[in-house]
Amino acid sequence: MAETLLSRPENLPVGPTGRQGVGWWGVSTLVVSEAALFAYLLFAYFYTGATAPRGWLLESAPRLQVALPNTVMLLVSSLAVFWAERGLMKGRRGQTLAALGVAFVLGAAFVVLQCVEWRGKPYRLGDSSEASLYFVTTGMHAAHVVVGLVALAALSCWTALNYFSARRRMAVAAVALYWHFVNVISVCVFLTYYVTPYLGFGR
Amino acid sequence: MMQPELRTPAVDVDSIAHEARLYSLWETAPGLKGFLSSVDHKTIGIRYIVTAFVFLALGGVEALVIRLQLAGPNLTLLTPSEYNQFFSTHGMTMIFLYAAPVLSGFSNYLWPLLLGSRDMAFPRLNALSYWIYLAAGLFLYAGFLTGNGPNDGWFNYVPYASRDFNPGLNQDFYALGMVFLGVSTTVGSANFVVTAFRTRAPGMSINRIPIMVWGTLTASVANLLVVPAVSLAFFMLWMDRQFGTHFFDPAGGGQPLLWQHLFWIFGHPWVYAIVLPAMGMVSDGLPVFCRRPVVGYSLVALATVATMILGFGVWVHHMFATGLPGLGLSFFSGASIVIVLPSAVAVFAWLATIWLGRPVITTAFLFFSSMILLFVIGGVSGFMTASVPVDWQLTDTYFVVAHLHYVLIGINVFPVVGALYFWFPKMTGRMLDEKLGRWNFWIMFIGFNLAFLPMHLTGLLGMPRRVYTYAANGGWGTLNLITSIGSFLFAAGVLLLLINVMKSLKSGAAAGRNPWDAPTLEWAVSSPPPPYNFAVIPTVASRHPLWEGRLGTEGDRSSLDRGMLLVEGKETIGTSGLDADPDMVLKMSKDSFAPISLAAGMSVLFTGLLLKLWALAIVGAVICTMALIAWFWPLHELREREAPHG
Repeated sequence: MAETLLSRPENLPVGPTGRQGVGWWGVSTLVVSEAALFAYLLFAYFYTGATAPRGWLLESAPRLQVALPNTVMLLVSSLAVFWAERGLMKGRRGQTLAALGVAFVLGAAFVVLQCVEWRGKPYRLGDSSEASLYFVTTGMHAAHVVVGLVALAALSCWTALNYFSARRRMAVAAVALYWHFVNVISVCVFLTYYVTPYLGFGR
Repeated sequence: MMQPELRTPAVDVDSIAHEARLYSLWETAPGLKGFLSSVDHKTIGIRYIVTAFVFLALGGVEALVIRLQLAGPNLTLLTPSEYNQFFSTHGMTMIFLYAAPVLSGFSNYLWPLLLGSRDMAFPRLNALSYWIYLAAGLFLYAGFLTGNGPNDGWFNYVPYASRDFNPGLNQDFYALGMVFLGVSTTVGSANFVVTAFRTRAPGMSINRIPIMVWGTLTASVANLLVVPAVSLAFFMLWMDRQFGTHFFDPAGGGQPLLWQHLFWIFGHPWVYAIVLPAMGMVSDGLPVFCRRPVVGYSLVALATVATMILGFGVWVHHMFATGLPGLGLSFFSGASIVIVLPSAVAVFAWLATIWLGRPVITTAFLFFSSMILLFVIGGVSGFMTASVPVDWQLTDTYFVVAHLHYVLIGINVFPVVGALYFWFPKMTGRMLDEKLGRWNFWIMFIGFNLAFLPMHLTGLLGMPRRVYTYAANGGWGTLNLITSIGSFLFAAGVLLLLINVMKSLKSGAAAGRNPWDAPTLEWAVSSPPPPYNFAVIPTVASRHPLWEGRLGTEGDRSSLDRGMLLVEGKETIGTSGLDADPDMVLKMSKDSFAPISLAAGMSVLFTGLLLKLWALAIVGAVICTMALIAWFWPLHELREREAPHG
């Protein structure tokens, strides 16, 4: 005889706990889609460069004095966000607040330095296809950093209100995932626009 | 009071008191408040379907105007520039505002019912995707109604879309509208992916989900990966037009072919995204009328996924005539030919299901089974154009127009109308009229084939597409007249569907829970289902929970009457990705104004961008930011944060 199957679950967590919850999955899917967006942006650069006549590149040796430290700084801010989440897991709210503050300041400084870098470029948005690609790609990335800054500010506020704990921290975990993603993208953008010219692409 | 962090969900049978409690938790408020804030997947699904059918009707009327213009040589109903807007808006409407959204509508409505859950994984995101779809549709149509519709075909090649050749607002409406609509598609797809992996009924392991879920899931994964390509392309086009960038402008070192690559990297997977869920409808609906399970479930599911994987590698077959290197063309030609294989698997599985079953001829069966024929005709003409030399002969002729209408009407419209006959009773509690349904089917079927079968010949005789008229001496007049007559007959068939829906809503026969004696979970609940779908969470032991007795299934049986109650708030069960073992209690969000506020803010933002009113754009961005912060504010009732202290 056939048995009737019945799910009799044991103790189950109620609502999102730690990184377990649909919110984590949701942000992951959006990160995948955003990653595709940047892949297409970089594809546009490489495709246009590869099919262009010689001399497409505007600067065969772009200055690294601002861009390199700026990219490194953004990676350090990722460590800060990692540290913020660790603080919650260990019940140290002060550490979380401080780390979120550090990440925010580093992210904001990145945006300011990015503007400085743009001003220092010898070309403008409409000068050529390479210039357009450069400004739109770095601009798109900077816009993602700005969105992340708004999210970090909201997290700081919520942490100050004592909303989170080791158990209930999905918002922090989700923003951290997004922030790490944006910083990985900054490395890809940097490699494309500041390193490949030295390797001879598009000259 | 400290909230418990862990809980063992109570298991019992349904009771009147239990249902009353569920109603109070899940029912949407009456009136305008509920209308604007509802996150019920069934409400959203029906809104999607109704809106998509309105766009189908609009796109249909545009098609009829086009067919009047082309009914004979040298007609002057439309000027050339009006004709450009009509055929472009027709394509945009059917492909972006009807074909994909109507499938999202069915999936939104059906998924939680098919999966034994109480809502989608992200109910508010679901509402957002609908409101953005509506807003973007209105945005795009605002362009058309003010004489600024798209005018360069739905795939909108540069340089004709560039500002030098197209100075009006037409392309700006289209570009920004498509970026706007892309947000809806993306968030909707994210919701489907998470819903499929995290909210299935306990026991519904990945090899027990209905094929339609496979179809929409596959399409959604693809959308996440390819929609950014077209959004980016349209954004770049807008930048080129309004800010003097040179992405597509050769004079500034740009690459016009970049547009075609980005568009078709999106466009071809998109073609599969608007047919795979519809093929899933056939794979689930047809077997019900054959009184047996679909033949080769695993093969059909794998064919669905394989089609999409191959579908990522065929986009260049739209670009065979652009002068790309021969080796590249060979690769994409090969991939386009190989993709026939998974399609053939599905076709033979459906044929075998009919062959081995005991078919009951209903209107839904006629629509589902005729789709197989139309799919084969459209597939073979696609297979022909996958060959480079044949494509060079046929590209930009009416042969391609005939092919794409066989594919899109054959594999999207016919299954969708069949699905309406099949699931309308579930959605409304009333049956559609079968007698009217036969007229509906045969008129649509004859009208469609009368319109589009001769069109292959029109194309072979060399008539180019997208041209507003033709000379009398080309020998195309009679064929075009036949096509025009067929298209009006087809439209009359669609009108009969509308009449049937109106009539049956008022006076259709009562449906009951399971009028077709179908096997899957949506038929286990009342028609229409209560706001919470399932009073107790079902436990699933097979692919056909309602057919277990008669299929002679050995071993465990599904439990539909007894299960987790989950009534301590708006709750459903979260399960593991592959095996669907319960692993958490999901707290579901209540009705919310955040989605519609966000969609409104985005509408303001995009209007500001279109008109270059930067202050307005900033106002829109601020509204969006506020709506998002309100949305993500961690709520205690959703267990997103700790209980307040003290």
